[in-house]
Amino acid sequence: MIRWRRARLTAAREETPTARTLVFEVADWPGHLAGQHVDVRLTAPDGYTAQRSYSLAAPEGVELTVEGLPDGEVSPYLVDELTVGDEIELRGPVGGWFVWRPAVTTPVLLVAGGSGIVPLMAMIRARRLMGGETPFHLVYSLGEPARRYYAAELDTPEPWLTITWVHTRVAPHRRITKDDLPGPGPDVFVCGPTGFVEAAADLLLDLGHDPGQVRTERFGG
Amino acid sequence: MGIISRGFRGRQRDGDGRLPPGQYQVHDFPVLSAGPTPRIERDQWEFTIDTEAEQTHRWSWQELMALPQESPTVDIHCVTKWSKFDTTWQGVSLDVLFEDVETSAEYALVHSYGGYTTNLPLEDLLDGKAWICHRFDGEELEPQHGGPARLVVPHLYFWKSAKWVRGIRLLNEDWPGFWETAGYHHYGDPWREQRYEGD
Repeated sequence: MIRWRRARLTAAREETPTARTLVFEVADWPGHLAGQHVDVRLTAPDGYTAQRSYSLAAPEGVELTVEGLPDGEVSPYLVDELTVGDEIELRGPVGGWFVWRPAVTTPVLLVAGGSGIVPLMAMIRARRLMGGETPFHLVYSLGEPARRYYAAELDTPEPWLTITWVHTRVAPHRRITKDDLPGPGPDVFVCGPTGFVEAAADLLLDLGHDPGQVRTERFGG
Repeated sequence: MGIISRGFRGRQRDGDGRLPPGQYQVHDFPVLSAGPTPRIERDQWEFTIDTEAEQTHRWSWQELMALPQESPTVDIHCVTKWSKFDTTWQGVSLDVLFEDVETSAEYALVHSYGGYTTNLPLEDLLDGKAWICHRFDGEELEPQHGGPARLVVPHLYFWKSAKWVRGIRLLNEDWPGFWETAGYHHYGDPWREQRYEGD
């Protein structure tokens, strides 16, 4: 049984003008794998509740990065209202499929569309913590450099991490193509909006990747 | 009741009781699946029911199309919290497919092209509760939504409505499928909020 726990916001930082990273203190947190998510529950004074799922952004501690959606019900509250010291409820960790286990040394390809970077960043951070030899390649597609999450961290070179940037809204604006993606072999994790994931997964299959080695996580409509 | 979230009012009030607990209504059609969308040709497609006595019942695409068709309009509820009201489908009732199937099995393990599986009690597939659907909203079912054909079992969380459905194996004992093995609830009733194991 995954029970609801009290989570207290201990730190918050702006990732982009519309996205915020939230760090929670959760008593008895059991730990989690990179790629897992939590369910967040907000309760209004009249008892009305709303729940949403958010990916964990780091392999240790409960850290979420939330994009504020203009017509959202929960995300604007988490981005604009929640203040250090406030408490919410969350449960987790959830999900045992879209996860990277440090014991697996197969090379890793991460393909992120926009805020789909969040669970993939947890994997990059887990890889950094663990050390070892496993090479990672991140392909990160987003509108423009100003929308980058974790910009300072990803701009710091690491010998095991290759990054391919794809910007869709600044010159030379373009979509992800086969040329951005390595051939078959690595374990692949694709996360982003549905259209992006469909397009990226199609390119991967065209390149000969084994569908059984391509894990996807989609959000939005 | 949980902790009151200071300043949170919420927007989506459920006026007519159609929204299960923890769900919110969407008007688009989100896509969720664990891997790439399988590529399935209709002339290669088939659907099977395998009984506990190892008898196989088999339908080609043409044979499925020749069966009596129904057009259910149903609400669907995804475990990731979205619900979509009044979705319109076209397909074949499982009651039709089970007409000539002799079985005393209690459980069904549904399997899909691409390797996905999900389990549910056989009685949850019968008596007008489930369909093999190939059209959505008047159009051919898109591959990302499970085309050419998917199971639709609207009274359970939507991960039970297997996309790219390929067949059903009947079993005397319950056998957890893909998400059920990964910590999700074995039954998945949205009205009892059976999301994860133990709920």
